[in-house]
Amino acid sequence: MESLLNPSYIASFLILVGIYAVFSLGLNVHWGYTGIFNFGVAGFFAVGAYTTAILTKEPSTGQYVEYIGGFGLPYVVGLLGAGAACGILALIIGIPTLSLREDYLAIATIGVAETLRRVFINERWLANGTRGMIGIPQPLHGLVDPSDYKYIYLVIVMIILVIVYVAIERGIRSPWGRVLRAIREDEMTAAASGKSVFAFKMQAFVLGAVIMGIGGAMYGHYVKAITPDTFAPFFGTFFIWVMLVVGGSGNSKGAVLGAFVVWGIWTGTDWIINHSPGGLETRIFYIRNLLIGLLIVGVLLVRPKGILGEEKRVSLYVGKESEKESAAPTGPPGAAGSD
Amino acid sequence: MIQLVVIGMIVGSVIALGAIGLTLVYGVVKFANFGHGDLMTSGAYIAFFALFGGGHIGPLSFGYGMILAILVAVIAVAVLAVAIDWLVYRPLRKRKAGLVILAISSLGMAMVVRSLVYIIWGPDQRFYVLGIQRARELPFGIMLKPDQMFIGGTALVVMVFVYLLLYRTRLGKAMRATSDNVELARISGIDTERIISWTWAIGGALAGLSGILLGIQSHLMPEMGFILLLPLFAAAILGGVGSPQGALVGAMIVGISQEVSTEWISPGYKPAVAFMLLFAILLVRPQGLFGAKT
Amino acid sequence: MTVLEAEGVVTGYGEVDILHGVSVMVDHGEIVAVIGPNGAGKSTLMKAVFGLLKIKKGKILLNGAEITNLAPQHMVQKGVCYVPQSENVFPSLTIQENLEMGAFIRKDDHKKRLDEVYEMFPALAERPHLRAGKLSGGQRQMLALARALMLDPHLLLLDEPTASLSPLMVGDILAKIRDINRTGVAILIVEQNAREALNLCHRGYVLVMGKNALEGTGESLLQSEDVGRLYLGG
Repeated sequence: MESLLNPSYIASFLILVGIYAVFSLGLNVHWGYTGIFNFGVAGFFAVGAYTTAILTKEPSTGQYVEYIGGFGLPYVVGLLGAGAACGILALIIGIPTLSLREDYLAIATIGVAETLRRVFINERWLANGTRGMIGIPQPLHGLVDPSDYKYIYLVIVMIILVIVYVAIERGIRSPWGRVLRAIREDEMTAAASGKSVFAFKMQAFVLGAVIMGIGGAMYGHYVKAITPDTFAPFFGTFFIWVMLVVGGSGNSKGAVLGAFVVWGIWTGTDWIINHSPGGLETRIFYIRNLLIGLLIVGVLLVRPKGILGEEKRVSLYVGKESEKESAAPTGPPGAAGSD
Repeated sequence: MIQLVVIGMIVGSVIALGAIGLTLVYGVVKFANFGHGDLMTSGAYIAFFALFGGGHIGPLSFGYGMILAILVAVIAVAVLAVAIDWLVYRPLRKRKAGLVILAISSLGMAMVVRSLVYIIWGPDQRFYVLGIQRARELPFGIMLKPDQMFIGGTALVVMVFVYLLLYRTRLGKAMRATSDNVELARISGIDTERIISWTWAIGGALAGLSGILLGIQSHLMPEMGFILLLPLFAAAILGGVGSPQGALVGAMIVGISQEVSTEWISPGYKPAVAFMLLFAILLVRPQGLFGAKT
Repeated sequence: MTVLEAEGVVTGYGEVDILHGVSVMVDHGEIVAVIGPNGAGKSTLMKAVFGLLKIKKGKILLNGAEITNLAPQHMVQKGVCYVPQSENVFPSLTIQENLEMGAFIRKDDHKKRLDEVYEMFPALAERPHLRAGKLSGGQRQMLALARALMLDPHLLLLDEPTASLSPLMVGDILAKIRDINRTGVAILIVEQNAREALNLCHRGYVLVMGKNALEGTGESLLQSEDVGRLYLGG
């Protein structure tokens, strides 16, 4: 019986926790901090992974393998390129959609992600269509034995995760971040205070997208092979939403914790599959999906703020403080109430 | 070309039934039910489960057992939809949850329903009846299978019933009133929770029927409803959320556009066509064709 | 006999209180007006009475029985109907359908009542199948009033019925309200249009900053110097 405490297994587990945590942090910038209901995460995931694949792979050689470029560039370029591509994509999508009502924005983002997926499937010249891209190179591969490579990648993932986390935390505590939170709370009041709501939303949208692109690139280099199916709506979007909701949206620690908990549940049940009587095996994959679905509904019903809940606000919103004071002189002063 | 338009109308009528159910619910509970496609799927599969006996009704591919299966499935999905509302959405409503929370929970329930279908029936394609039906030739060189005529006809009849329900019955008027202004409905003394439950039942029934017709038209797969989600939303929003006539018109536009688009682009892009239409209407006239400017 | 009594009502939205202990009373067959500056809490009081807002402290009594925080559905069953200030008709329904909705919980066939209401509102009877969304502001107010009457209420709560109406329509609406009152319906009316409201009512209350400031008969308030200076303008 395979021991759960096998270091190799733990390393694989943590790598994916780290990658999903990056996605979750990106989504948190969108939804948790700014209130952008982005249901097209899978789109950024895919663009990130494909961009790094195209940038870092060697040019295609076989007759049956087609994709643009294959530029053989280093990992860092792939990573940054993935982020940039997603940032540009966010800019393009954002212009017509960010001013839409929340639910329409969600539907629009679903549509964008789905359209992108079909583009990747149908346009073979772009990224090899349904066959996908294989042989994505891994950074620092030559350094160690292939069987030990994952420890190196784990370190890489953790470094990137920490950088992203710190960058977001800095951003959120800054005046810029405060405006974002004000927008999430009450868009009309924020707008009345004179800030361009649209510009701020766009900045947050692009930032979150860049992060998701980086996550996509990290994922691509880890799994080495991607196809359009890799970015199906379940894993690409829904899964990450579950992580954020479970961990606590509006909270960077929550985003990371959610990734850990949900991925933990997923792999934990995976372990059960591998050690359960045959016959149940095929069905258990779907039982896991069922559990994840029930998990998010359950959390929303019982503890909608997630495990960690939103961060306590240490600073007050732009304009809201003075407004409250003039309206209710007898009301309690101080930090705004929670959702 | 005419052939494509006609096929588009058949597809459109399947989408219409789903979209009408979606828009009725959307108008009354005010959130996007991302689980609607999976209600369609569950209808199709429950009918599959309840289908007994073979035979043929005239030139159709199925026998009277199918009619019974349709009735059973439609009622079952109606009950399922109401149950989900009572268990999930109503508690959230009581807590004054925002429409985003409700939408996310609907996505979760969509996953739950779909997973159950996968678990019970597995991922492989299923068919109500095996064998290929031959198309009949109609005027103008249109080729239609008798099943497709059945689909179009059934959809038409059902839509007439929906119209009668909404405009000639007390319940229907109360549904429209609640959709207009839920607070005012409550102020008038209407038990809006009961109206909401009935709306879910009707919306669910329409979704279930739509799924079955889709299954007759092609085949059953656990993803069948989810794949239609974008076209369903496109139709509902194009027509104006809350307006069943709008959903019908929107569905026809979506259905026909999707089929006609295959003249120029790959069929793999059909949902993308629906999305483009949706996008266009959101930019140009977000309240939809029949919607009122808020 | 007292139809409605509100005692020491304290309520508001969220943590902020708007009303700090307001008391009003409506007797059988009376028209009672509540006036005061913007933000005084007039509409809030109405919503609290009708159960649309949770009362934190205080009591509401209907015909002597306590009904504090009773839900709107049940208030309606007890013969109290409410006309909100805005969005008070169903725009996609016809005039007749709007009235039918007003009669939704009637146990009998509502035809008789419908005819009675049409008699009181002949303008509505002319085009019963017109969509309410197409009506002018004044016609909508009439329809809103008519809808509230479909259940034969003995107490009517009107929230700023003349808001954003032309002066001509204001006169029509107030005349209609007087007619309704003459059929025996007690009316509590909240109004921004202080002069008109005081002309119409039997008794009035002036609310300021969520508290009772003045009260008296309509006439005495009209003649009062304080009221004249502050609220009646020119």
